[in-house]
Amino acid sequence: MIELKQVTKKYGKGAKTTEALSGLDLTVHKGEIFGVIGHSGAGKSTLIRCMNLLERPTSGEVWVDGVDLTKLGKQQLQTQRRKIGMIFQHFNLLSSATVYDNIAFPLRLAHVDKTAVAAKVDELLQLVGLEAHRDKYPAQLSGGQKQRVGIARALASDPQVLLCDEATSALDPQTTDSILKLLLDINRKLHLTIVLITHEMHVIQSICDRVAVIHQGGIVEEGTVTDVFLKPKHPVTREFIQGQAGESAQLALQAPHDGSSRICKLTFLGEKTYDSILSRTARETGVDFAILQGTISKIKDIPYGQLIVRLEGDAETIEKTIQRVTAEGLDVEVMN
Amino acid sequence: MWGLDFSVLDWNEIGVASLDTLKMLVASAVFTFILGLPLGVLLYQCSRSSSGWVRAVYNILSVIVNILRSVPFIILIVALIPFTVSIVGVSYGVLGTIPPLVIGAAPFFARLVETSLREVDRGVLEAAQSMGASTWQIILKVLLPEARPGLLAGLTITVVTLVSYTAMSGMVGGGGLGDLAIRYGYYRYQKEVMIISVLAMIVLVQLLQMAGDRLVRHFTRK
Repeated sequence: MIELKQVTKKYGKGAKTTEALSGLDLTVHKGEIFGVIGHSGAGKSTLIRCMNLLERPTSGEVWVDGVDLTKLGKQQLQTQRRKIGMIFQHFNLLSSATVYDNIAFPLRLAHVDKTAVAAKVDELLQLVGLEAHRDKYPAQLSGGQKQRVGIARALASDPQVLLCDEATSALDPQTTDSILKLLLDINRKLHLTIVLITHEMHVIQSICDRVAVIHQGGIVEEGTVTDVFLKPKHPVTREFIQGQAGESAQLALQAPHDGSSRICKLTFLGEKTYDSILSRTARETGVDFAILQGTISKIKDIPYGQLIVRLEGDAETIEKTIQRVTAEGLDVEVMN
Repeated sequence: MWGLDFSVLDWNEIGVASLDTLKMLVASAVFTFILGLPLGVLLYQCSRSSSGWVRAVYNILSVIVNILRSVPFIILIVALIPFTVSIVGVSYGVLGTIPPLVIGAAPFFARLVETSLREVDRGVLEAAQSMGASTWQIILKVLLPEARPGLLAGLTITVVTLVSYTAMSGMVGGGGLGDLAIRYGYYRYQKEVMIISVLAMIVLVQLLQMAGDRLVRHFTRK
Protein backbone atom coordinates (compact mmCIF):
# COMPACT_ATOMS: atom_id res chain seq x y z
CA MET A 1 0.00 0.00 0.00
CA ILE A 2 2.76 2.38 0.98
CA GLU A 3 6.31 1.92 -0.10
CA LEU A 4 9.17 4.24 0.66
CA LYS A 5 12.27 3.63 -1.43
CA GLN A 6 15.61 5.09 -0.40
CA VAL A 7 13.95 8.16 1.06
CA THR A 8 16.38 10.82 2.21
CA LYS A 9 15.42 14.15 3.71
CA LYS A 10 17.97 16.85 4.37
CA TYR A 11 17.33 20.20 5.98
CA GLY A 12 19.40 23.29 5.44
CA LYS A 13 22.19 23.96 3.00
CA GLY A 14 25.94 23.54 2.88
CA ALA A 15 27.72 22.98 6.15
CA LYS A 16 24.56 23.36 8.22
CA THR A 17 22.82 20.40 6.56
CA THR A 18 21.18 17.94 8.89
CA GLU A 19 19.88 14.63 7.65
CA ALA A 20 16.48 13.72 9.09
CA LEU A 21 16.05 10.56 7.01
CA SER A 22 18.94 8.70 5.47
CA GLY A 23 18.05 6.34 2.62
CA LEU A 24 15.10 4.78 4.38
CA ASP A 25 13.13 1.84 2.96
CA LEU A 26 9.74 0.89 4.35
CA THR A 27 6.73 -1.11 3.21
CA VAL A 28 3.26 -0.92 4.72
CA HIS A 29 0.78 -3.60 3.65
CA LYS A 30 -2.85 -3.00 2.78
CA GLY A 31 -5.23 -3.19 5.73
CA GLU A 32 -2.66 -3.34 8.49
CA ILE A 33 -1.95 -0.99 11.35
CA PHE A 34 1.68 -0.12 11.09
CA GLY A 35 3.44 1.64 13.93
CA VAL A 36 6.66 3.63 13.84
CA ILE A 37 8.25 4.25 17.19
CA GLY A 38 11.20 6.47 17.95
CA HIS A 39 12.51 9.12 20.28
CA SER A 40 11.86 12.75 19.48
CA GLY A 41 14.32 13.84 16.83
CA ALA A 42 14.68 10.34 15.44
CA GLY A 43 12.95 11.41 12.22
CA LYS A 44 9.55 9.81 12.74
CA SER A 45 7.57 12.99 12.16
CA THR A 46 9.50 13.69 8.97
CA LEU A 47 8.88 10.10 7.92
CA ILE A 48 5.10 10.25 8.21
CA ARG A 49 4.97 13.69 6.60
CA CYS A 50 6.89 12.27 3.64
CA MET A 51 4.07 9.79 3.10
CA ASN A 52 1.74 12.52 1.81
CA LEU A 53 4.52 14.84 0.75
CA LEU A 54 3.77 17.51 3.33
CA GLU A 55 7.53 17.15 3.49
CA ARG A 56 9.11 16.55 0.08
CA PRO A 57 11.99 14.05 0.32
CA THR A 58 15.36 15.28 -0.90
CA SER A 59 15.66 12.03 -2.80
CA GLY A 60 13.88 8.69 -3.05
CA GLU A 61 10.40 7.54 -4.03
CA VAL A 62 7.12 7.52 -2.13
CA TRP A 63 4.61 5.03 -3.51
CA VAL A 64 1.07 5.13 -2.16
CA ASP A 65 -1.55 2.87 -3.70
CA GLY A 66 0.54 2.27 -6.80
CA VAL A 67 1.40 5.93 -7.47
CA ASP A 68 4.79 7.55 -6.97
CA LEU A 69 3.83 10.82 -5.29
CA THR A 70 7.21 12.42 -5.89
CA LYS A 71 6.60 12.37 -9.65
CA LEU A 72 3.20 14.09 -9.54
CA GLY A 73 2.41 17.65 -10.54
CA LYS A 74 0.79 20.02 -8.08
CA GLN A 75 -2.81 19.28 -9.03
CA GLN A 76 -2.36 15.54 -9.35
CA LEU A 77 -0.77 15.57 -5.90
CA GLN A 78 -3.78 17.44 -4.49
CA THR A 79 -6.12 14.80 -5.95
CA GLN A 80 -3.96 11.98 -4.65
CA ARG A 81 -3.80 13.51 -1.17
CA ARG A 82 -7.57 13.19 -0.88
CA LYS A 83 -7.03 9.43 -0.69
CA ILE A 84 -4.70 9.86 2.27
CA GLY A 85 -6.29 11.01 5.52
CA MET A 86 -4.17 12.49 8.27
CA ILE A 87 -4.69 13.27 11.94
CA PHE A 88 -2.41 15.36 14.10
CA GLN A 89 -1.10 15.63 17.64
CA HIS A 90 -2.68 19.05 18.06
CA PHE A 91 -5.80 18.16 16.05
CA ASN A 92 -5.41 21.16 13.71
CA LEU A 93 -9.12 21.85 13.43
CA LEU A 94 -10.51 25.05 11.97
CA SER A 95 -11.27 27.07 15.08
CA SER A 96 -13.73 29.27 13.17
CA ALA A 97 -15.84 26.33 11.99
CA THR A 98 -18.26 24.06 13.82
CA VAL A 99 -17.74 20.33 14.24
CA TYR A 100 -20.07 19.80 11.29
CA ASP A 101 -18.22 22.26 9.06
CA ASN A 102 -14.85 20.85 10.05
CA ILE A 103 -15.89 17.36 9.00
CA ALA A 104 -17.52 18.71 5.83
CA PHE A 105 -14.37 20.66 4.95
CA PRO A 106 -12.55 18.06 2.81
CA LEU A 107 -15.81 17.27 0.98
CA ARG A 108 -16.37 20.92 0.17
CA LEU A 109 -12.79 21.17 -1.06
CA ALA A 110 -13.65 18.42 -3.51
CA HIS A 111 -16.90 20.20 -4.53
CA VAL A 112 -19.17 17.41 -3.32
CA ASP A 113 -22.84 18.47 -3.54
CA LYS A 114 -24.67 19.63 -0.45
CA THR A 115 -26.97 16.68 0.20
CA ALA A 116 -24.13 14.19 -0.19
CA VAL A 117 -22.04 16.25 2.25
CA ALA A 118 -24.85 16.23 4.83
CA ALA A 119 -25.33 12.47 4.53
CA LYS A 120 -21.63 11.75 4.81
CA VAL A 121 -21.07 14.07 7.77
CA ASP A 122 -24.01 12.60 9.68
CA GLU A 123 -22.67 9.11 9.09
CA LEU A 124 -19.21 10.14 10.33
CA LEU A 125 -20.58 11.96 13.37
CA GLN A 126 -22.25 8.71 14.32
CA LEU A 127 -19.11 6.68 13.66
CA VAL A 128 -17.04 8.80 16.04
CA GLY A 129 -19.89 9.30 18.52
CA LEU A 130 -20.23 13.07 18.31
CA GLU A 131 -23.85 13.46 17.13
CA ALA A 132 -24.63 15.66 20.11
CA HIS A 133 -21.79 18.09 19.36
CA ARG A 134 -22.34 18.83 15.68
CA ASP A 135 -22.90 22.57 16.12
CA LYS A 136 -20.19 23.22 18.69
CA TYR A 137 -16.90 24.93 17.98
CA PRO A 138 -13.59 23.14 18.65
CA ALA A 139 -12.84 25.39 21.62
CA GLN A 140 -15.91 23.93 23.36
CA LEU A 141 -14.66 20.35 23.06
CA SER A 142 -12.29 18.22 25.13
CA GLY A 143 -9.03 16.89 23.66
CA GLY A 144 -10.50 13.47 22.97
CA GLN A 145 -13.54 14.95 21.27
CA LYS A 146 -11.32 17.18 19.14
CA GLN A 147 -9.33 14.17 18.00
CA ARG A 148 -12.59 12.40 17.14
CA VAL A 149 -13.49 15.36 14.93
CA GLY A 150 -10.01 15.08 13.42
CA ILE A 151 -10.59 11.40 12.68
CA ALA A 152 -14.04 12.02 11.19
CA ARG A 153 -12.59 14.79 9.02
CA ALA A 154 -9.76 12.55 7.86
CA LEU A 155 -12.24 9.82 6.91
CA ALA A 156 -14.64 12.14 5.07
CA SER A 157 -13.10 11.65 1.65
CA ASP A 158 -13.04 7.83 2.03
CA PRO A 159 -9.27 7.56 2.11
CA GLN A 160 -7.30 4.36 1.55
CA VAL A 161 -4.75 5.29 4.17
CA LEU A 162 -4.89 7.10 7.49
CA LEU A 163 -1.70 8.72 8.76
CA CYS A 164 -1.59 9.44 12.48
CA ASP A 165 1.06 11.94 13.52
CA GLU A 166 1.41 11.44 17.30
CA ALA A 167 -2.38 11.40 17.41
CA THR A 168 -2.62 10.46 21.08
CA SER A 169 0.43 12.23 22.50
CA ALA A 170 -1.56 15.23 23.73
CA LEU A 171 -4.24 13.10 25.40
CA ASP A 172 -4.55 11.58 28.85
CA PRO A 173 -4.20 7.77 29.19
CA GLN A 174 -7.94 7.04 29.30
CA THR A 175 -8.71 9.21 26.30
CA THR A 176 -5.73 7.70 24.50
CA ASP A 177 -7.24 4.26 24.95
CA SER A 178 -10.64 5.33 23.65
CA ILE A 179 -9.06 6.93 20.57
CA LEU A 180 -6.93 3.83 19.97
CA LYS A 181 -10.04 1.68 20.21
CA LEU A 182 -11.76 3.92 17.67
CA LEU A 183 -8.79 3.60 15.30
CA LEU A 184 -8.88 -0.17 15.65
CA ASP A 185 -12.64 -0.20 14.96
CA ILE A 186 -12.16 1.88 11.85
CA ASN A 187 -9.34 -0.34 10.68
CA ARG A 188 -11.60 -3.37 10.95
CA LYS A 189 -14.84 -1.83 9.69
CA LEU A 190 -13.43 0.10 6.77
CA HIS A 191 -10.35 -2.05 6.04
CA LEU A 192 -8.33 1.09 6.20
CA THR A 193 -4.54 0.98 6.24
CA ILE A 194 -3.28 2.95 9.23
CA VAL A 195 0.22 4.26 9.79
CA LEU A 196 0.91 5.80 13.15
CA ILE A 197 3.97 7.27 14.73
CA THR A 198 4.43 7.50 18.46
CA HIS A 199 6.98 7.49 21.21
CA GLU A 200 4.77 5.33 23.43
CA MET A 201 5.25 1.57 23.34
CA HIS A 202 1.79 1.24 24.83
CA VAL A 203 0.22 2.58 21.62
CA ILE A 204 2.14 0.10 19.47
CA GLN A 205 1.26 -2.75 21.80
CA SER A 206 -2.46 -1.93 21.85
CA ILE A 207 -3.33 -1.75 18.18
CA CYS A 208 -0.44 -2.30 15.78
CA ASP A 209 0.17 -5.37 13.65
CA ARG A 210 3.68 -4.49 12.64
CA VAL A 211 6.18 -2.01 13.96
CA ALA A 212 9.35 -0.29 12.85
CA VAL A 213 11.82 1.30 15.23
CA ILE A 214 13.39 4.46 13.87
CA HIS A 215 16.66 5.83 15.17
CA GLN A 216 18.85 8.59 13.74
CA GLY A 217 16.95 8.71 10.47
CA GLY A 218 16.96 5.00 9.74
CA ILE A 219 14.90 1.92 10.59
CA VAL A 220 16.89 -0.19 13.05
CA GLU A 221 14.35 -2.94 13.61
CA GLU A 222 11.13 -3.99 11.91
CA GLY A 223 8.71 -6.87 12.22
CA THR A 224 5.46 -8.06 13.74
CA VAL A 225 4.75 -6.44 17.07
CA THR A 226 4.95 -9.77 18.89
CA ASP A 227 8.42 -10.50 17.45
CA VAL A 228 9.82 -7.07 18.06
CA PHE A 229 8.20 -6.69 21.43
CA LEU A 230 9.07 -10.06 22.87
CA LYS A 231 12.48 -10.50 21.28
CA PRO A 232 13.90 -7.03 20.78
CA LYS A 233 17.32 -7.01 19.13
CA HIS A 234 18.39 -3.41 18.85
CA PRO A 235 19.38 -1.48 22.01
CA VAL A 236 16.89 1.32 21.18
CA THR A 237 14.04 -1.18 20.94
CA ARG A 238 15.07 -2.68 24.28
CA GLU A 239 15.08 0.77 25.78
CA PHE A 240 11.48 1.36 24.69
CA ILE A 241 10.33 -1.98 26.02
CA GLN A 242 12.19 -1.64 29.28
CA GLY A 243 10.73 1.80 29.64
CA GLN A 244 7.41 0.01 29.43
CA ALA A 245 8.23 -2.83 31.83
CA GLY A 246 10.03 -0.58 34.27
CA GLU A 247 13.18 -1.67 35.99
CA SER A 248 11.88 -4.96 37.34
CA ALA A 249 13.70 -7.04 34.71
CA GLN A 250 16.98 -5.49 35.81
CA LEU A 251 16.13 -6.23 39.43
CA ALA A 252 15.38 -9.86 38.55
CA LEU A 253 18.91 -10.25 37.22
CA GLN A 254 20.31 -9.03 40.51
CA ALA A 255 18.64 -11.89 42.41
CA PRO A 256 21.16 -14.19 44.11
CA HIS A 257 22.09 -17.36 42.25
CA ASP A 258 24.95 -19.82 42.50
CA GLY A 259 26.94 -21.57 39.83
CA SER A 260 24.45 -24.30 39.11
CA SER A 261 21.26 -22.27 38.89
CA ARG A 262 20.17 -20.53 35.70
CA ILE A 263 18.12 -17.38 35.27
CA CYS A 264 15.87 -17.75 32.22
CA LYS A 265 13.33 -15.59 30.49
CA LEU A 266 10.35 -17.68 29.38
CA THR A 267 8.00 -16.21 26.83
CA PHE A 268 4.49 -17.58 26.39
CA LEU A 269 2.51 -16.52 23.35
CA GLY A 270 -1.12 -16.97 22.41
CA GLU A 271 -3.14 -19.74 24.07
CA LYS A 272 -0.02 -21.09 25.76
CA THR A 273 -0.15 -18.12 28.06
CA TYR A 274 -2.93 -19.85 29.97
CA ASP A 275 -1.33 -23.31 29.88
CA SER A 276 0.32 -24.89 32.94
CA ILE A 277 3.47 -25.80 31.02
CA LEU A 278 5.92 -24.69 33.66
CA SER A 279 4.53 -26.62 36.63
CA ARG A 280 3.99 -29.73 34.52
CA THR A 281 7.57 -29.68 33.28
CA ALA A 282 8.95 -29.04 36.74
CA ARG A 283 7.07 -32.02 38.13
CA GLU A 284 8.45 -34.28 35.42
CA THR A 285 12.07 -33.13 35.49
CA GLY A 286 12.24 -32.47 39.22
CA VAL A 287 13.63 -28.96 38.72
CA ASP A 288 12.88 -26.25 41.26
CA PHE A 289 12.10 -22.73 40.17
CA ALA A 290 11.69 -19.33 41.71
CA ILE A 291 9.74 -16.66 39.87
CA LEU A 292 11.72 -13.41 39.86
CA GLN A 293 9.53 -11.35 37.65
CA GLY A 294 6.45 -11.88 35.57
CA THR A 295 3.99 -10.23 33.24
CA ILE A 296 0.85 -11.35 31.54
CA SER A 297 -0.61 -8.97 29.04
CA LYS A 298 -1.83 -8.61 25.49
CA ILE A 299 -0.29 -7.45 22.27
CA LYS A 300 -3.29 -6.23 20.30
CA ASP A 301 -5.49 -9.36 20.69
CA ILE A 302 -2.74 -11.85 21.36
CA PRO A 303 -2.17 -12.77 25.00
CA TYR A 304 1.42 -13.25 26.08
CA GLY A 305 3.27 -13.96 29.28
CA GLN A 306 6.84 -13.35 30.19
CA LEU A 307 8.42 -14.94 33.26
CA ILE A 308 11.91 -14.52 34.53
CA VAL A 309 12.62 -17.61 36.62
CA ARG A 310 15.62 -19.04 38.44
CA LEU A 311 15.88 -22.77 37.66
CA GLU A 312 17.59 -24.75 40.41
CA GLY A 313 19.07 -28.24 40.16
CA ASP A 314 22.00 -29.98 38.53
CA ALA A 315 23.09 -28.94 35.07
CA GLU A 316 21.47 -31.95 33.40
CA THR A 317 18.07 -31.35 34.98
CA ILE A 318 18.13 -27.69 34.02
CA GLU A 319 19.16 -28.54 30.47
CA LYS A 320 16.34 -31.08 30.24
CA THR A 321 13.83 -28.59 31.57
CA ILE A 322 14.85 -25.98 29.03
CA GLN A 323 14.52 -28.53 26.23
CA ARG A 324 11.07 -29.58 27.45
CA VAL A 325 9.58 -26.13 27.69
CA THR A 326 11.09 -25.20 24.34
CA ALA A 327 9.44 -28.28 22.87
CA GLU A 328 6.16 -27.15 24.44
CA GLY A 329 6.47 -23.97 22.41
CA LEU A 330 7.85 -21.49 24.90
CA ASP A 331 10.70 -19.21 23.98
CA VAL A 332 13.58 -19.54 26.41
CA GLU A 333 16.41 -17.09 26.82
CA VAL A 334 19.13 -17.95 29.33
CA MET A 335 20.15 -14.71 30.91
CA ASN A 336 23.29 -15.70 32.84
CA MET B 1 -20.15 79.28 30.16
CA TRP B 2 -16.32 79.72 30.09
CA GLY B 3 -16.87 82.58 27.69
CA LEU B 4 -18.24 80.26 25.05
CA ASP B 5 -21.35 81.09 23.12
CA PHE B 6 -22.80 78.11 21.35
CA SER B 7 -25.70 80.12 19.97
CA VAL B 8 -23.48 81.40 17.14
CA LEU B 9 -23.05 77.89 15.77
CA ASP B 10 -24.36 77.11 12.35
CA TRP B 11 -25.77 73.64 13.07
CA ASN B 12 -26.65 73.20 9.44
CA GLU B 13 -23.04 73.54 8.43
CA ILE B 14 -21.97 71.14 11.20
CA GLY B 15 -24.49 68.63 9.94
CA VAL B 16 -23.19 68.89 6.38
CA ALA B 17 -19.61 68.54 7.63
CA SER B 18 -20.50 65.47 9.68
CA LEU B 19 -22.12 63.90 6.68
CA ASP B 20 -19.08 64.70 4.54
CA THR B 21 -16.82 63.06 7.07
CA LEU B 22 -18.98 59.95 7.07
CA LYS B 23 -19.00 59.85 3.27
CA MET B 24 -15.21 60.11 3.11
CA LEU B 25 -14.87 57.53 5.82
CA VAL B 26 -17.18 54.94 4.30
CA ALA B 27 -15.85 55.35 0.77
CA SER B 28 -12.20 55.29 1.78
CA ALA B 29 -12.75 52.37 4.19
CA VAL B 30 -14.39 50.32 1.43
CA PHE B 31 -11.59 50.98 -1.05
CA THR B 32 -8.91 50.52 1.59
CA PHE B 33 -10.38 47.12 2.35
CA ILE B 34 -10.67 46.17 -1.32
CA LEU B 35 -7.05 47.15 -2.00
CA GLY B 36 -5.46 46.34 1.34
CA LEU B 37 -6.83 42.84 1.85
CA PRO B 38 -5.41 41.33 -1.36
CA LEU B 39 -2.18 43.25 -0.83
CA GLY B 40 -1.91 41.82 2.70
CA VAL B 41 -2.60 38.30 1.45
CA LEU B 42 0.00 38.78 -1.27
CA LEU B 43 2.57 39.98 1.27
CA TYR B 44 1.82 36.99 3.49
CA GLN B 45 1.99 34.45 0.66
CA CYS B 46 5.21 35.91 -0.74
CA SER B 47 6.85 36.00 2.67
CA ARG B 48 6.24 32.27 3.12
CA SER B 49 7.58 31.21 -0.24
CA SER B 50 10.87 29.37 -0.47
CA SER B 51 11.56 30.55 -4.01
CA GLY B 52 14.17 33.32 -4.27
CA TRP B 53 12.25 35.02 -7.02
CA VAL B 54 9.08 35.33 -4.94
CA ARG B 55 11.11 36.52 -1.96
CA ALA B 56 12.45 39.31 -4.16
CA VAL B 57 8.86 40.34 -5.04
CA TYR B 58 8.12 40.35 -1.31
CA ASN B 59 11.06 42.61 -0.58
CA ILE B 60 10.06 45.08 -3.31
CA LEU B 61 6.42 45.14 -2.15
CA SER B 62 7.55 45.51 1.41
CA VAL B 63 9.71 48.54 0.60
CA ILE B 64 6.85 50.21 -1.34
CA VAL B 65 4.46 49.61 1.55
CA ASN B 66 6.97 51.02 4.02
CA ILE B 67 7.57 54.11 1.91
CA LEU B 68 3.84 54.82 1.64
CA ARG B 69 3.49 54.35 5.36
CA SER B 70 6.37 56.66 6.25
CA VAL B 71 5.35 59.64 4.12
CA PRO B 72 3.35 62.02 6.37
CA PHE B 73 -0.26 61.99 5.23
CA ILE B 74 -0.41 65.73 4.73
CA ILE B 75 2.54 65.49 2.30
CA LEU B 76 0.97 62.48 0.61
CA ILE B 77 -2.20 64.44 -0.17
CA VAL B 78 -0.20 67.14 -1.92
CA ALA B 79 2.13 64.74 -3.68
CA LEU B 80 -0.81 62.74 -4.99
CA ILE B 81 -2.71 65.74 -6.45
CA PRO B 82 -1.96 64.85 -10.11
CA PHE B 83 -2.94 61.25 -9.45
CA THR B 84 -6.11 62.32 -7.62
CA VAL B 85 -7.13 64.65 -10.44
CA SER B 86 -6.56 61.91 -13.00
CA ILE B 87 -8.84 59.55 -11.09
CA VAL B 88 -11.70 61.66 -9.72
CA GLY B 89 -11.22 64.89 -11.67
CA VAL B 90 -10.76 67.17 -8.64
CA SER B 91 -8.13 67.50 -5.93
CA TYR B 92 -10.28 69.01 -3.20
CA GLY B 93 -13.56 68.39 -1.42
CA VAL B 94 -14.92 65.03 -0.35
CA LEU B 95 -14.20 63.39 -3.70
CA GLY B 96 -10.66 64.72 -3.96
CA THR B 97 -9.78 63.41 -0.53
CA ILE B 98 -10.77 59.81 -1.08
CA PRO B 99 -7.84 58.70 -3.32
CA PRO B 100 -5.11 59.96 -0.96
CA LEU B 101 -7.00 58.48 2.00
CA VAL B 102 -7.03 55.08 0.31
CA ILE B 103 -3.40 55.29 -0.83
CA GLY B 104 -2.42 56.31 2.70
CA ALA B 105 -4.45 53.70 4.55
CA ALA B 106 -4.30 50.63 2.27
CA PRO B 107 -0.60 49.83 2.92
CA PHE B 108 -1.21 50.27 6.65
CA PHE B 109 -4.18 47.89 6.52
CA ALA B 110 -2.21 45.47 4.34
CA ARG B 111 0.45 45.20 7.05
CA LEU B 112 -2.22 44.51 9.66
CA VAL B 113 -3.71 41.84 7.37
CA GLU B 114 -0.28 40.26 6.91
CA THR B 115 0.26 40.21 10.68
CA SER B 116 -3.09 38.64 11.48
CA LEU B 117 -2.64 35.99 8.78
CA ARG B 118 0.68 35.09 10.39
CA GLU B 119 -1.21 34.41 13.60
CA VAL B 120 -3.16 31.58 11.95
CA ASP B 121 -1.99 28.21 13.28
CA ARG B 122 0.42 26.65 10.79
CA GLY B 123 -0.93 23.23 11.72
CA VAL B 124 -4.36 24.09 10.37
CA LEU B 125 -2.84 25.15 7.05
CA GLU B 126 -0.91 21.92 6.95
CA ALA B 127 -4.07 19.92 7.66
CA ALA B 128 -5.80 21.65 4.75
CA GLN B 129 -2.82 20.91 2.58
CA SER B 130 -2.92 17.26 3.58
CA MET B 131 -6.57 17.16 2.51
CA GLY B 132 -5.59 18.27 -0.97
CA ALA B 133 -6.58 21.94 -0.72
CA SER B 134 -5.22 24.22 -3.45
CA THR B 135 -3.49 27.49 -2.59
CA TRP B 136 -6.66 29.46 -3.38
CA GLN B 137 -8.78 27.15 -1.25
CA ILE B 138 -6.34 27.55 1.61
CA ILE B 139 -6.53 31.35 1.33
CA LEU B 140 -10.31 31.57 0.97
CA LYS B 141 -11.46 28.72 3.19
CA VAL B 142 -8.78 28.54 5.86
CA LEU B 143 -6.62 31.64 6.17
CA LEU B 144 -9.26 34.36 5.88
CA PRO B 145 -11.97 32.69 8.03
CA GLU B 146 -9.42 31.70 10.69
CA ALA B 147 -7.96 35.22 10.76
CA ARG B 148 -11.37 36.93 10.74
CA PRO B 149 -11.24 38.35 14.30
CA GLY B 150 -7.75 39.72 13.67
CA LEU B 151 -8.78 41.16 10.31
CA LEU B 152 -11.78 42.90 11.88
CA ALA B 153 -9.62 44.33 14.65
CA GLY B 154 -7.18 45.57 11.99
CA LEU B 155 -10.00 47.10 10.00
CA THR B 156 -11.25 48.92 13.10
CA ILE B 157 -7.80 50.37 13.76
CA THR B 158 -7.56 51.41 10.11
CA VAL B 159 -10.96 53.13 10.09
CA VAL B 160 -10.12 55.02 13.28
CA THR B 161 -6.86 56.11 11.66
CA LEU B 162 -8.89 57.22 8.64
CA VAL B 163 -10.96 59.49 10.90
CA SER B 164 -7.85 61.42 11.85
CA TYR B 165 -6.66 61.40 8.23
CA THR B 166 -9.96 62.96 7.09
CA ALA B 167 -9.38 65.67 9.68
CA MET B 168 -5.91 66.35 8.31
CA SER B 169 -7.30 66.66 4.83
CA GLY B 170 -9.19 69.65 6.17
CA MET B 171 -5.85 71.50 5.90
CA VAL B 172 -6.05 71.28 2.12
CA GLY B 173 -9.77 71.92 1.81
CA GLY B 174 -10.86 68.35 2.07
CA GLY B 175 -14.22 69.05 3.65
CA GLY B 176 -15.83 67.41 6.64
CA LEU B 177 -15.47 67.96 10.38
CA GLY B 178 -11.72 68.38 10.33
CA ASP B 179 -12.04 71.07 7.69
CA LEU B 180 -14.63 72.82 9.82
CA ALA B 181 -12.48 72.66 12.94
CA ILE B 182 -9.51 74.16 11.14
CA ARG B 183 -11.31 76.80 9.08
CA TYR B 184 -13.58 78.15 11.82
CA GLY B 185 -11.91 77.02 14.98
CA TYR B 186 -8.26 77.55 14.14
CA TYR B 187 -8.16 80.24 11.45
CA ARG B 188 -11.13 82.28 12.69
CA TYR B 189 -10.73 81.67 16.44
CA GLN B 190 -14.25 80.27 16.75
CA LYS B 191 -13.52 77.96 19.63
CA GLU B 192 -17.11 76.77 19.72
CA VAL B 193 -16.96 75.24 16.24
CA MET B 194 -13.66 73.59 17.02
CA ILE B 195 -14.98 72.09 20.25
CA ILE B 196 -18.13 70.73 18.64
CA SER B 197 -16.21 69.32 15.68
CA VAL B 198 -13.68 67.62 17.91
CA LEU B 199 -16.44 66.29 20.16
CA ALA B 200 -18.24 64.87 17.11
CA MET B 201 -15.07 63.13 16.04
CA ILE B 202 -14.48 61.73 19.53
CA VAL B 203 -18.00 60.29 19.52
CA LEU B 204 -17.44 58.88 16.03
CA VAL B 205 -14.21 57.15 17.05
CA GLN B 206 -15.84 55.75 20.19
CA LEU B 207 -18.73 54.33 18.21
CA LEU B 208 -16.44 52.81 15.57
CA GLN B 209 -14.20 51.21 18.18
CA MET B 210 -17.17 49.79 20.07
CA ALA B 211 -18.73 48.38 16.91
CA GLY B 212 -15.38 46.89 15.88
CA ASP B 213 -14.81 45.29 19.29
CA ARG B 214 -18.27 43.83 19.25
CA LEU B 215 -17.72 42.28 15.82
CA VAL B 216 -14.37 40.86 16.88
CA ARG B 217 -15.98 39.30 19.95
CA HIS B 218 -18.78 37.89 17.85
CA PHE B 219 -16.37 36.07 15.53
CA THR B 220 -13.88 34.90 18.14
CA ARG B 221 -14.19 31.15 18.75
CA LYS B 222 -11.15 30.58 20.89
